[in-house]
Amino acid sequence: MTTVIEVPEAEPGIVAPRSKSKAGGGLGKYIVIRFFLIIPTVFILVTLVFFLMRVIGDPITAAQGGRLPPDVLAQRIHDAGYDRPVLIQYFEYLGQLITGNFGTTITDRRPVVEVLTTFGAATLELSINALIVALAVGIPFGLIAAQHRDKSSDAVLRFFAILCYATPVFFSGLLLKLTFSVWLGWFPVAGRASTRTELTMSSLGAPSGIYWLDALRSGNFAALGDVTSHAVLPAVALGLLTAGVFLRLVRTNVIGTLGKDYIEAGRSRGVSEFRLVTKHAYKPALIPIITVMGLQIALMLGGAILTETTFEWKGLGYQLVQYLNARDFVAVQGIVVLLAIIVAVTNFIVDIIAALIDPRVRY
Amino acid sequence: MSTPSLTAPKQPLFSRLPVVSHLRKSVGLQRGMLMVGVVLSGLFLLTSIFAPLLAPYGYSQLSDASGSFPTQQAPGAKHLLGTTVGGYDVLSRVLWGSQTAVTVIIVSVAMSLFLGVALGLLSGYFGGWLDRILVVVADAIYAFPTLLLAIVISIVISRGQSSFWGGIFSCAFSITVVFVPQYFRVIRAETIRLKAEPFVESAKVLGASSLRIIGRHIFKNATRTLPLMFTLNASEAILTLAGLGFLGFGIEPTSAAEWGFDLNKALADTSSGIWWTGVFPGIAIVLTVLGLTLVGESINDLNDPRIRGRKRAGATKSPATPTASEAGKP
Repeated sequence: MTTVIEVPEAEPGIVAPRSKSKAGGGLGKYIVIRFFLIIPTVFILVTLVFFLMRVIGDPITAAQGGRLPPDVLAQRIHDAGYDRPVLIQYFEYLGQLITGNFGTTITDRRPVVEVLTTFGAATLELSINALIVALAVGIPFGLIAAQHRDKSSDAVLRFFAILCYATPVFFSGLLLKLTFSVWLGWFPVAGRASTRTELTMSSLGAPSGIYWLDALRSGNFAALGDVTSHAVLPAVALGLLTAGVFLRLVRTNVIGTLGKDYIEAGRSRGVSEFRLVTKHAYKPALIPIITVMGLQIALMLGGAILTETTFEWKGLGYQLVQYLNARDFVAVQGIVVLLAIIVAVTNFIVDIIAALIDPRVRY
Repeated sequence: MSTPSLTAPKQPLFSRLPVVSHLRKSVGLQRGMLMVGVVLSGLFLLTSIFAPLLAPYGYSQLSDASGSFPTQQAPGAKHLLGTTVGGYDVLSRVLWGSQTAVTVIIVSVAMSLFLGVALGLLSGYFGGWLDRILVVVADAIYAFPTLLLAIVISIVISRGQSSFWGGIFSCAFSITVVFVPQYFRVIRAETIRLKAEPFVESAKVLGASSLRIIGRHIFKNATRTLPLMFTLNASEAILTLAGLGFLGFGIEPTSAAEWGFDLNKALADTSSGIWWTGVFPGIAIVLTVLGLTLVGESINDLNDPRIRGRKRAGATKSPATPTASEAGKP
């Protein structure tokens, strides 16, 4: 990320003629270079995870060690090829990855890609919901805090932001569950939908796996209500974690831009303080938010694992924990590598969006 | 922020210490936040030191002279914060938990400081292929979800659960791997900047060895931001430790008390309305992280003249604080 941010410090005299001669080509070139930067990132992570997971021995012994007689175990290890030199296994693994084969889980013998397609939608849904909560809470409160800088409302909001960050998502989830499900009974305790809705969802043709989308498409409003009530608490728990970051970021950046000369000029021309914040200082302050959003995706994935475990939300994170407890390290490795690729690609997309919005980024 | 310290009269060591000096230049709200943070962090430290005296029972104690503890008992006279499903005393486990947290923070931050600073100095000073490789690796690790990385490392080290020191080290090492890239980046960037400074060049001309230049001239200047990183990372270390514990990768309840583990066990209690097993360890985490974060955030804000609270003219007499007047400019 920083490689991108550090760039615009070039002498104007050198840049000006160059950008004139390559007018329009800057963005395309930037996208290509940025795209090829994904490869080393993913490659390093794959290598790191592969060798780390092999340090502890072969996955079959780890998963089924105590339960199988030694000769059957040895046969299984031989069949799966784990008795060969590690380097050969490594290159074979790389070859498999390039063809899109992420391995097959040991415990339930499913291809890892299938695990991703089955459970990925749930994680995506949770992340989108949480992002909506985070933006809906973070941006307006950040603007308010910036406008009322150093007053009591600012103090309360800043404290709220730090509190959001300081509360682990599984604890806020636990509190939300206690308050709104157990005591008040407003929302269901756990899961993505009630059993009946789950059944209706699975009988749908070509489901997207994102429940509210499926419910909306089939016009089943009872199901939509059920799905929404299940989605609220997890989304709030995960969303608040990120909301604190957004709030602080908006506040800091808006305060930074409020000190600029053009704001002073606007103020001297009689533009109202409210309009200055919402109209003039707000937009330039959004650019860093988009960049930070990329980093937040990695944080959110980590948070999603914990949120899914707290609310028994059957997504990738929940499944990952199940595999971890079953000591199925092929599945863990597969999911971790897949998530690494997802993070790298989303960071790429976020950087491109940042470059589209702010031409200074793409030198 | 940089030059005034050369001309200003040197103040006694105590007032130049990181937190103390920040406390002196803070005003109003910011001072309040910093003080709350210092108090909370201090309480956390004291609790961890005196946990054996404060806690009514041991962290894995299931019975006393009058018989074994009841399970899932609501807070009462004998068990001030109630007991868990396993029959542990909640208050004792919360207090003992601070000891685990402090140990993990110290071990992990010490290891990542050492590795991160050493690698950052070497990489920034010598450059070349070593630098390039380290930067790419650090960037790759930095972009990765920290919790996932910590999970992988803790599988490798302890295959899940283990004894007190085994668990502490596997947690601490997982956190270290996550933090080293951050320290590395900051120190490397500073080293590269300092390398071009005249005082480094003159040291070179005088014939000082690379080791001496790095150790004496660059190290002292490049590590100025470390107090800030320390407080922020300490809070992140607690959250990672609790996250690992919550997922079942923590330390077993018989070898130490760990807040994340207790929250994991408390999760099943919530649906039957049992709140005390989860709420108290959770509050312990929040207060600790809150304290450390408030200290870190305040230091961060006070170091940034754009954000720092502005002292009103005449509010303080500010004798030898050129930085404060510098920040007073709009």
